Amino acid sequence: MIALLLRDLRLAIRAGGGFGLGLAFFLIVTVLVPFGVGPEGGTLAKIAPGILWVGALLACLLSLDRIFALDFEDGSLDLLATAPIPLEAVVTMKAAAHWLTTGLPLVVAAPVFGVLLNLQGEGFFWLTVSLALGTPALSVIGTFGAALTVGLKRGGLLLSLLVLPLYVPTLIFGAETVRRGTEGMETGAPLMLLAGITAASVALLPFASAAAIRVNLR
Amino acid sequence: MSIWEYANPKKFMQTSAWALPWVTGLAVVALVGGLIWGFFFTPDDYKQGSTVKIIYIHVPSAMMAINAWVMMLVASLIWIIRRHHVSALAAKAAAPIGMTMTLIALFTGAIWGQPMWGTWWAWDPRLTSFLILFLFYLGYIALWEAIDDPDTAADLTSVLCLVGSVFALLSRYAVNFWNQGLHQEASLSMDAEENVADVFWYPLLVCIAGFVLLFVTLVLIRTRTEIRSRRLKALEARERMA
Amino acid sequence: MNAHLTVTDLAIRRGGIPVLEGVSFTLQPGRALVLRGPNGVGKTTLLRTLAGLQPPLAGTISMPPDAIAYSGHADGLKATLSVTENLSFWAAIYGTGGFAPVLEAMNLEALQGRLAGSLSAGQKRRLGLARLLVSGRPIWMLDEPTVSLDAASVALFAQAVRAHLAGGGAALMATHIDLGIAEAEVLDLAPFKARPSTAGGNAGGRGREFDEAFA
Repeated sequence: MIALLLRDLRLAIRAGGGFGLGLAFFLIVTVLVPFGVGPEGGTLAKIAPGILWVGALLACLLSLDRIFALDFEDGSLDLLATAPIPLEAVVTMKAAAHWLTTGLPLVVAAPVFGVLLNLQGEGFFWLTVSLALGTPALSVIGTFGAALTVGLKRGGLLLSLLVLPLYVPTLIFGAETVRRGTEGMETGAPLMLLAGITAASVALLPFASAAAIRVNLR
Repeated sequence: MSIWEYANPKKFMQTSAWALPWVTGLAVVALVGGLIWGFFFTPDDYKQGSTVKIIYIHVPSAMMAINAWVMMLVASLIWIIRRHHVSALAAKAAAPIGMTMTLIALFTGAIWGQPMWGTWWAWDPRLTSFLILFLFYLGYIALWEAIDDPDTAADLTSVLCLVGSVFALLSRYAVNFWNQGLHQEASLSMDAEENVADVFWYPLLVCIAGFVLLFVTLVLIRTRTEIRSRRLKALEARERMA
Repeated sequence: MNAHLTVTDLAIRRGGIPVLEGVSFTLQPGRALVLRGPNGVGKTTLLRTLAGLQPPLAGTISMPPDAIAYSGHADGLKATLSVTENLSFWAAIYGTGGFAPVLEAMNLEALQGRLAGSLSAGQKRRLGLARLLVSGRPIWMLDEPTVSLDAASVALFAQAVRAHLAGGGAALMATHIDLGIAEAEVLDLAPFKARPSTAGGNAGGRGREFDEAFA
């Protein structure tokens, strides 16, 4: 299982893209927003938590279709499905690799981008914490979407359509945590709920994803 | 004889052919009766005037929007557990109807909301939840359309429906948490006196019955169409093999 | 290792349509079975069904658990990983140790450090087959294993199969060319082609897996 994770990480680094693309996209979204809403610091500070969360979410979405597509094309997925490790574990490792190459860099970079959007005071701390807790859920939910669409020719757009509604609760609780944190309010409740969604998704969704892959391979 | 007999396509076709005219007739009677009663024979509300009468479309369609999804969930579970084709096809047939009901609820809500709240749209929890429900319908239907093999499509959409149901509930809760809104509390409960006066309550019940019957009628028709199209494919396949 | 495979009255489908039915055979340890038949008869589908990638329509497959190493049309190689990295990954997945003897058996030693993407088609195929040796599984299921191999490589491959059989393994191959393996029997799949009349045999009652229930 660890071998699978290492292989995926190695592939992501060798092929470039993996780390860079999501981050670059996140940066561009962050840069474009002030052009859209104006440079006024107060406005930016007010919308920064939401924009940063939406940006991170879209950056996550960008690389989802690569999770299984390459392995499906070159036959690795067939071979992994007949290998001694359970498909649920394969799916979990795939999600973990996606998080390490996409989610984790976003968590690290988000505070820096927060400066660009005039994020205030406590916000930096809560942004990092909420993203660290929430992005694993984004990867796991996204892996489920990727598993549903793995065999399809034009899966990319459909994947977004399927995954985005599933992202709603994570986004709400994540952005709410940062917003409350910025305003110096209690953040316990949304943070707990966010952690709950992540824990439940990580625990349960791999079964659904593995089932979807089995259906798609037959 | 068990209820699973109806999972046989032929049996389902026979029974539904017999039931369809009756259900259709009842739906028409209930809808026409309920709507005429509601629109022309109930007094105007002392605050809301005649705009309140949109309730006879708004409330039943909103109820059916949710009920259709629940029906799809049940049908998906039956497909996953017992693998009855008719069940999967019924879920497929119900989706566009549920989506249309969601749209009707959203539009009539906007038309009602404009004079009442002074805005077509507000990010109120109820409204937002329905918008999210609409997105779920959209994804579900798109997935059915995208997959060629009918059994694969049935399997994958069933899994999506299951997972989607959980996330739709979560979203409902999250949206409540996110914004307490201006929508009034549910207009209906068993304790009718607390909510809507009797004069509005009875025609509303008839309209709801009408919408339920309309839903059943449309699902039956669409399921029959799906079965026929599968039958066509099966016959073509048989010809190819021969 | 136990490489005993028994297939009884198997029916399989492709894209919802039955392609083969009544397939029965036994594969003993130390033996090889070559599947023959025209294109589209269902060789690949049969192998995928036996490998557990899709459920059979009817019939039984009995074999020891975790016995099969499957090799499809694609080799499952990663172009940006080296030959060694590709092999050591599969060795780790199958929980088997050294792959040095495998490199030697498949004549890949000289290519060890090369990226799989820079190999020729035949070299890639050899690497894909090396994965079978690494898997340590007793029953090999090979779908057109000799595609894009030159004569020398085919001989090398036949030698590897023979060594596998001699070690008590078994092999099931879909191939058109004669590998010169004495232990191999041939199974022609053409007589097992599914007929529409019998395909709907279980259409009554709950109308199970096949669309025939709708007809």
